[in-house]
Amino acid sequence: MSFKINMNVEGDTATIRLAGELDGRSAPELNDLVSQAVGRQVAKLVLLLDELTYMSSAGVRCLVFAHQKLPRGSEITLVGTQPEVAETIRLTGFDRSIMMR
Amino acid sequence: MTTLEPIDAYPTQRISGFSVRAGRSLPFGATRVPGGVNFSVFSNHATSVTLVLYRSGAAEPMAELPFPEAFRVGSVYAMTVFDLDVENLEYGYRVDGPHQPWLGHRFDATRVLSDPYARMLTGAGPYRHRSRVALDDFDWEDDRPPRLPHEDLVIYELHVRGFTRHPSSGVSAPGTYAGLVEKIPYLKELGVNCVELMPVFEFDESDNIFTGVNYWGYSPIGFFAPKASYATTGREHMQVDEFKHLVKELHRAGIEVLLDVVFNHTAEGDERGPSISFKGLDNATYYMLTPDRHYYNFSGTGNTLNCNHPVVRGFVLDCLRYWASEFHVDGFRFDLAAILGRGPDGELLHNPPLLESLAYDPILRDCKLIAEAWDAAGLYQVGSFPDYSRWSEWNGRYRDTVRRYIKGDLGVTGEMATRMVGSPDLYSRRGTAATVNFITSHDGFTLRDLVSYDHKHNEANGEGNRDGDDTNHSWNCGQEGETDDPAVLATRARLTRNALLLLLASRGVPMLLAGDEIGRTQLGNNNAYCHDGPLTWVDWGLREENADLFRFTRRAIAFRRAHPVLRGGSPGSVHWHGVRAWSPDWSGHCRVLVAMFDGGGDDCVYVAANSHWEAHALELPAPPRGLTWHLFADTAAAPPEDAHEPGHEPALADQTRFVIGPRSVAILVTH
Repeated sequence: MSFKINMNVEGDTATIRLAGELDGRSAPELNDLVSQAVGRQVAKLVLLLDELTYMSSAGVRCLVFAHQKLPRGSEITLVGTQPEVAETIRLTGFDRSIMMR
Repeated sequence: MTTLEPIDAYPTQRISGFSVRAGRSLPFGATRVPGGVNFSVFSNHATSVTLVLYRSGAAEPMAELPFPEAFRVGSVYAMTVFDLDVENLEYGYRVDGPHQPWLGHRFDATRVLSDPYARMLTGAGPYRHRSRVALDDFDWEDDRPPRLPHEDLVIYELHVRGFTRHPSSGVSAPGTYAGLVEKIPYLKELGVNCVELMPVFEFDESDNIFTGVNYWGYSPIGFFAPKASYATTGREHMQVDEFKHLVKELHRAGIEVLLDVVFNHTAEGDERGPSISFKGLDNATYYMLTPDRHYYNFSGTGNTLNCNHPVVRGFVLDCLRYWASEFHVDGFRFDLAAILGRGPDGELLHNPPLLESLAYDPILRDCKLIAEAWDAAGLYQVGSFPDYSRWSEWNGRYRDTVRRYIKGDLGVTGEMATRMVGSPDLYSRRGTAATVNFITSHDGFTLRDLVSYDHKHNEANGEGNRDGDDTNHSWNCGQEGETDDPAVLATRARLTRNALLLLLASRGVPMLLAGDEIGRTQLGNNNAYCHDGPLTWVDWGLREENADLFRFTRRAIAFRRAHPVLRGGSPGSVHWHGVRAWSPDWSGHCRVLVAMFDGGGDDCVYVAANSHWEAHALELPAPPRGLTWHLFADTAAAPPEDAHEPGHEPALADQTRFVIGPRSVAILVTH
């Protein structure tokens, strides 16, 4: 399934909706949007993942990228994370910088 | 700001349909670079090298890329390949050259070899030896190694899978790095501040001709690759991340991480063994070969890595630097380290360059280096290992002496005294950090079995009980194996506590075997390398069943932490006593040993040991500085009086006399 991504910024919150597979090929697109969001000085990043079917190791790394790009104290929230993906994120410690709902 | 893009980021030609350019010789292995992956591999005797690329899990390669002659510098073949999806990539090398075993060459171009520098191996299934490219970015946050003084360590030796694999472990990912993270609160409660992980480098779990199982893993195939099957995220190829997370969480808990590393041999065996990597890459360089080009077998496993060859030395150094810098590990225990002091012909070197390099390496400066200072060919270097004032040693003589003393052997009391104060006969110039004291390790009986079996019971290992050490210095206390005889059980309980108390009150670095604090048994098997099951896994039900023993061990560790004088000090800080104060009895028939460690102030500890089956009344020396004697532990007393909470020890009613029970150890402390 092809990867689709779009971002919506309202106030200090950037919401990024992802669909399809987030892997090494698609991860740079997410990183680009995160960089744009940082340029627009958001304090909150929400990733909508319920249409995401797969997140690879490179995809998980985007969370670290976002965490390190955003100003300290920013909130990163994942919404609709598939249970297996959530488990992988937790077991490799990448959950320290984010909230999962 | 625009950054100047390097020209290197562009391919110069196409090979087998892939855009490539000449790579960089260093670093070895597969490294992500802008736009692609740089592959670099060494072979001194190859005539040609081909990079073989696979899609994940595919039976056939998607491409084979021969290294053009122009891509070779010296004996190093390097190529950057562009536009690879590394997460969906497996690779290996096809290496051609002479197949002339009589000259030491075993090239075989029909085989695809794994990269000795592979950061990951597939690790399971039919293609388990294929190499993978690791994503190495990780959010370490503010991770800082504890950097504990060496002599303050209390090491806990554990097997990553065995520690949480048992269903009773209660963790969400049994048998994995992540499972171990969930047991950190247990380690904190016990009080250990350092874990020593049995091999975590990729090894072949079926490498065993007798039972088909290799559980311990002293048979590496991927020295840079954390074992994928120990990672619950191994399926997603995130074992590197999961391992780093483990180290980070242990550090956060103040616990250091040592790796048990095996550089003396590989899983490739001898002439009959498989060709997985080194053998086909450059057999004559990587292995010690006899004059007629057979394999030297100083390791007892078929081959011996040629670790003092300059190329192999560089390999070992690169590997340890990688684990220290990329994984933040705090040190290493070297399996059969005496081999690391042998030259290419097996001869003992006076100034082994590998050991010297490791001792003085800038990246490894703060790492603990611990040698298992013997090998399988009879070389025994405990006390004489080339240490460069840096290496410490598994003190095999400590183990043997304490075992003999505890079971009541005659004539070992004097040596026991020497072992208790840091084995100055071996390490006087070095201080107490030089000796790693242990009574049990993965190799041999568990502590419970040490006091439950006179003989090894290794029938299940498939070698007719011929494998494993015959000299165990063990005693079954009256009945071989499991029993419900209360008198036998009482003696075993006391001897177990004697061992733990002596270990934790000895100068030197104590090492505990995981599970000994809750009475783990292997049913008398003293060489359980080949069992991946309940026999070798920690049964967490024992935590409740033997809660008394756990509490005792926890208190003994806490007591050690509270008393610096037990961890080091001048020879003048130890005073010897006996049945009479200030009168030690060093005669051959004496089984009573009393040491008073006085560090000044409140830090004065009186350790009395009696391996005789009769009680003895001990005249106590006057406590120094007007203090009074308090009782910390007495293994003759029933739990919970066998040890008190450090800092809350009750005062002795009689300050002049203490009766030490039969086969008991007691510790007094001043307040």
